[in-house]
Amino acid sequence: MVKRIFAVLLLAYICYSAFIYAYGAEGGAKPTADAVAGQSVWQSKNCQACHQLYGLGGYMGPDLTNIISDTIKGPVYAEAFIRSGTARMPNFHLSDQEVKELVAFLTWVDKSGKSRVPAENVTWYGSYKIDKQ
Amino acid sequence: MKTWYKLFISFSLLLLLLCLSFGVIAAVSFFKDLYFPNMMSFEQARPFHVSAALFWILTAATGLIMYYKQELFGDAPMYHKLSPFYIGTWVFAVAAILLSYCFQQFGGREYWEFPPVWNLLLLVAWVYLLISFFGTLFRSGKEKPVYVWMWGTGLLFFLFTFTEQNLWHIAWFRESFLKEMTIQWKSNGSMVGAWNQMVYGLGLFLMVKISGDKEIARSKKAYFSYFLGLTNLIFNWGHHIYNIPTAGWVRGVSYTISMTEWVLVISIIQGFKSKLTEQRKFKHLLSYRLLIASEFWVFMNLLLALLMSVPAINRYTHGTHVTVAHAMGTTIGINTMILLASITFLFEADKEKKPAYRRNFAIGFWITQISLFAFWVFLIAAGLIKGMKMTASPSAPFTELMQNVYPVLKLFMYSGFVLFAGMSVLVIQLLSKAAGQLSTTDDSATN
Ligand code: HEC
Repeated sequence: MVKRIFAVLLLAYICYSAFIYAYGAEGGAKPTADAVAGQSVWQSKNCQACHQLYGLGGYMGPDLTNIISDTIKGPVYAEAFIRSGTARMPNFHLSDQEVKELVAFLTWVDKSGKSRVPAENVTWYGSYKIDKQ
Repeated sequence: MKTWYKLFISFSLLLLLLCLSFGVIAAVSFFKDLYFPNMMSFEQARPFHVSAALFWILTAATGLIMYYKQELFGDAPMYHKLSPFYIGTWVFAVAAILLSYCFQQFGGREYWEFPPVWNLLLLVAWVYLLISFFGTLFRSGKEKPVYVWMWGTGLLFFLFTFTEQNLWHIAWFRESFLKEMTIQWKSNGSMVGAWNQMVYGLGLFLMVKISGDKEIARSKKAYFSYFLGLTNLIFNWGHHIYNIPTAGWVRGVSYTISMTEWVLVISIIQGFKSKLTEQRKFKHLLSYRLLIASEFWVFMNLLLALLMSVPAINRYTHGTHVTVAHAMGTTIGINTMILLASITFLFEADKEKKPAYRRNFAIGFWITQISLFAFWVFLIAAGLIKGMKMTASPSAPFTELMQNVYPVLKLFMYSGFVLFAGMSVLVIQLLSKAAGQLSTTDDSATN
């Protein structure tokens, strides 16, 4: 009996994983070559230790998911921070190319959706309804 | 071989000390502009802390499982020989990872902040471990109680989720940022479920050992909890990514499945009376006290997790220190307490008669529990303040937003210093026991 339930759950895990890979997160833009390179810079400098994307990451700095499409901030503002750092954020002495790639990465991230869920998207049973971008 | 396992478990205690030390350093570097502008930067201190925590749990859990596997099922010669390979490769990989951080080499993904090449070594080590564990198990015709199922499930699902965590190297899995994030957090969420299986299995095993009642691990209730845990491991990771525009059913499945955990809350409340009787019987045992503490933390963190699993509440807690309260509350309050309980039992600290030893242990224990409670509450408070403010005025500047949170985070940091002190006392007490045992063990006799 125990073996059988285990086998069923193992099968459920495999099927659910495959289903998630195929249909769970469809849509969203493909990354440009710069965005792919930008993700490597993001990872090798460990930006996520202080910043979040979709609220996930460290909490020393702000969430950067939608900084590029932010009408007040935007790419030029983001670039200025990335280039020089602040009292709390290190200056990584990045090359022009690396800065460009990081902005391309953040642009790709931004295009995938919004990090904050507005109140009107909360359903009566406490879940969200989020439309695709 | 037992001596090797004991050495390996002592190594895990050193990792715990390292984790605690870097927790303190990371907390101070969070406020570095206020205190020591030239100190180590947060993005360098945090990986040491997180990786040491991860490897403390995995090293201690696998060390204890291997030790008890040998005790329960003996060791078939071939599989027996694989254990040193596991231990050697694992220790080497952990050392290499920590060394990478010294040279500011990062991999920059949550939980896995080290350069991904070291994953290959970890994988090799894990495969040795699996062969050794399952090889011995399959040869033994003995009946397997639920804790053995839990160990095996944890070991196996760690391999799955660890592999899944590395799928991003294949471009298809990064075809869109949604896919990248969804799979990353699917695997991270389930991986925690996998190590919980190992650790909870050890807790159950310890309870059987302490009480001598084998029925605990054969009862219907025990199997039910095991399967409920496994179901949640498989389906309940979506709360990490409720705000990501994945398919709506990803959210629905996770929300629904996570609510099954109310069953556990009810069962804990129902069992409260019998726990009191049990407690009167065993409270003189140091290991039992740690185990009871872990049950308290299971209850508290279960309530917190259940609330965070409701998307409408998650809206206020996600992206704030409430998630840190959940992560630290469970890794310290539950995983670490159970592992320390098992290690206390293994190194026979329970049998220690010297009043000074028992007193120090008790002091360490209470400092740990009280400061952990403060630590946990301050994190929740800091998170809620940020969550409320952020939701009320999403465009408020970050620095302004954080001005409201810093005072509470400072209280969190101070309670962290006390927690560091309390836990260090416990770890040092255990290391002294380990040293005593290892120096008197004749390896040829126990091999
Ligand atoms: C040690 C922590 C830390 C690290 C590492 C870090 N940052 Fe920051 N970052 C901050 C803080 C804190 C702020 C907010 C400004 C302040 O308080 O000084 C910030 C602000 C920013 C901003 C402006 C955001 C806004 O909304 O105003 C951008 C863009 C940014 N960082 C990008 C990056 C990138 C890209 C990396 C990696 C190369 C990175 N940061 C690494 C801490 C960090």
